[in-house]
Amino acid sequence: MTIYLDNNATTRVDPAVVDVMIPYFLEQYGNPSSIHKFADGVARGLKHARGQVQSLIGCEHDSEIIFTSCGTESNSTAILSAIKAQPNKKEIITTTVEHPAILSVCENLEKEGYTIHRMPVDKAGRLNLNAYKDLLSDQVAIVSVMWANNETGTIFPVVEMASMANAAGVMFHTDAVQAVGKIPMMLQDTKIDMLSISGHKLHAPKGIGVLYLRRGTRYRPLLRGGHQERGRRAGTENSASIVGLGKACELALEYIEYENTKVKAMRDRLERGITEQIPHCFVTGDMNNRLPNTTDIAFEYIEGESILMLLNKAGIAASSGSACTSGSLEPSHVMRAMDIPYTAAHGTIRFSFSRYNTMAEVDKVLQVMPGIVATLRKLSPYWEGDGPAANPEQAFQPTYA
Amino acid sequence: MWDYSDKVKEHFFNPKNAGAVVDANATGEVGSISCGDALRLTLKVDDDSEVILEAGFQTFGCGSAIASSSVLTEIIKGMTLDEALKVTNQDIADQLEGLPPEKMHCSVMGREALQAAIANYRGEEWKDDHEEGALVCKCFAIDAVMIEEMVWANKLRTVEDVTNFTKAGGGCASCHEDIEAILEKVLAEKGEKFDPNAAPIEQTAKVTAIKAPLTNLQRIKKIEQVLESLRPALMADGGDVELVEVIGNTAYVNMTGACNGCQMAAMTIAGVQQRLMEVMGEFIKVVPASEMSKLVNIEAVS
Repeated sequence: MTIYLDNNATTRVDPAVVDVMIPYFLEQYGNPSSIHKFADGVARGLKHARGQVQSLIGCEHDSEIIFTSCGTESNSTAILSAIKAQPNKKEIITTTVEHPAILSVCENLEKEGYTIHRMPVDKAGRLNLNAYKDLLSDQVAIVSVMWANNETGTIFPVVEMASMANAAGVMFHTDAVQAVGKIPMMLQDTKIDMLSISGHKLHAPKGIGVLYLRRGTRYRPLLRGGHQERGRRAGTENSASIVGLGKACELALEYIEYENTKVKAMRDRLERGITEQIPHCFVTGDMNNRLPNTTDIAFEYIEGESILMLLNKAGIAASSGSACTSGSLEPSHVMRAMDIPYTAAHGTIRFSFSRYNTMAEVDKVLQVMPGIVATLRKLSPYWEGDGPAANPEQAFQPTYA
Repeated sequence: MWDYSDKVKEHFFNPKNAGAVVDANATGEVGSISCGDALRLTLKVDDDSEVILEAGFQTFGCGSAIASSSVLTEIIKGMTLDEALKVTNQDIADQLEGLPPEKMHCSVMGREALQAAIANYRGEEWKDDHEEGALVCKCFAIDAVMIEEMVWANKLRTVEDVTNFTKAGGGCASCHEDIEAILEKVLAEKGEKFDPNAAPIEQTAKVTAIKAPLTNLQRIKKIEQVLESLRPALMADGGDVELVEVIGNTAYVNMTGACNGCQMAAMTIAGVQQRLMEVMGEFIKVVPASEMSKLVNIEAVS
């Protein structure tokens, strides 16, 4: 038995999604722009999918949905569009805990002379809205703040922040790839101008995304060269994936209550079980304001990749914020931003659920987790016998190498 | 996930000599907790024979860090301290049937813990001599700190220079943007501007060489002296260098031991070259002797 608890990384494509896609490979494979029978159903299929996405996010018009290739493309398009459309505005507001798909774009713009305001978070991963208010000005081209954090699941108050930006005349974008389908949203009641969706985070295939663009928002395409998506994203439509994403959105809307009750109950049981059974571990992020499917637990004095390897051996898939899992020299920027000490940050494990998980799987993880942690702690220089060495940070002070 | 060898997995899932040695008389603690890898190595050394009787490790780190620690303790048990000092990080990696480039530093950490423990036993102070940066070139495992240092030390100006001195960027070429960023940064610190079309540094170096002309015999003698002075440091790392031939400003050398074929060889050759240029005040190109056959062939034809 393998247990997949890495749904914030990517998800299994729902079989119902695969079913609706297949005709678009084998029968309706025509270019939607063509005038013949291989294409005559495609435009209708795309329109239907647009409507399905629209229902899930609650936007006013289906023409506000632009299909892209992925969440990263949507993020890049949003930021680059905002600065191209407003060339005299040279500041961007974002946070220290965004996904690299935002942070790297900002870093690159910084080299071109843009001022990037990266708002810090507190130890529970929360933003300070007073500080945010002070940053808003007519110099700011765009605010980009994620709806929910991919590592901790912490939810940011983007609806309120969008209203504040709107009042200051500033465009607002949110990277909502983790939030869409997990928490209800009604975009037409908000001041959010742009929002990114990634198909593969909600049981659609990889390689399909959406940029929601509020009608009237000034916009400059990233890709030009065709009339597709009303000229806002050129390139032949990925029709099969678009139709698949539509179906996935329809299912997500159907299951959103399940997500916030049953899935949440599995997450809560795992989290409680682990923190009760295993000493010296703690949940990171904002416990009171999180995605229902995510828990990120720091196991002190051991390292995440080792934990993942032992979990994998036990047939359990999760992920970690340690440096070693990514081959970088620092643990996850999200853990650093929350000021989690290194001895804990490297030992963070994220368990992220989906509607395919079961309580039996939770129990299996609870069976093996204490043993895995104990095994690795036996090897740890910070650990002595049954507990951490007295003053662990002093007991082991390696020479930097 | 990393493509770990079966040997790495074997040592990770069933580590040998885990835990601290009871009655240890040598301890080495190295690593960086910010990077997420740190190791305490404890040894029990026989005072008369200096043979390592027991070795144990305690490691905070990833799969390959634990595997490197485990295999290290297996390698050194039964060795004398002098023998153990000859163990290189490459030996550790080889015993593990290879490590991914991002993980080579785990084997380096193992060797350094060993050096630190032996220094501790002998009452010496062990100092770490390298700093590690973010991995830039994945083909040759060259990190940002090494590139920065080489850019500073050798007044490098172009990506081609960096490749010639460090090998970085000489493989798949995907890291050229990162190398340019390092050049931009270092050159800005020196008050210069990065120009992607700048001439390679050899040309400017040759101009200064004219100021201090040496006879060929003087040059060879001097090169020999410098190499002799560098050998102890190289031998401490389990390597050695031998002068094979000098043709004009080019010294052909044999790198042996750990340096031979190791990913650090390019760095070592560049380091030798740098030292030669400093002492002799003229441009010297250091080239592995294996490159000489190509040159001889060309000359034979012409």
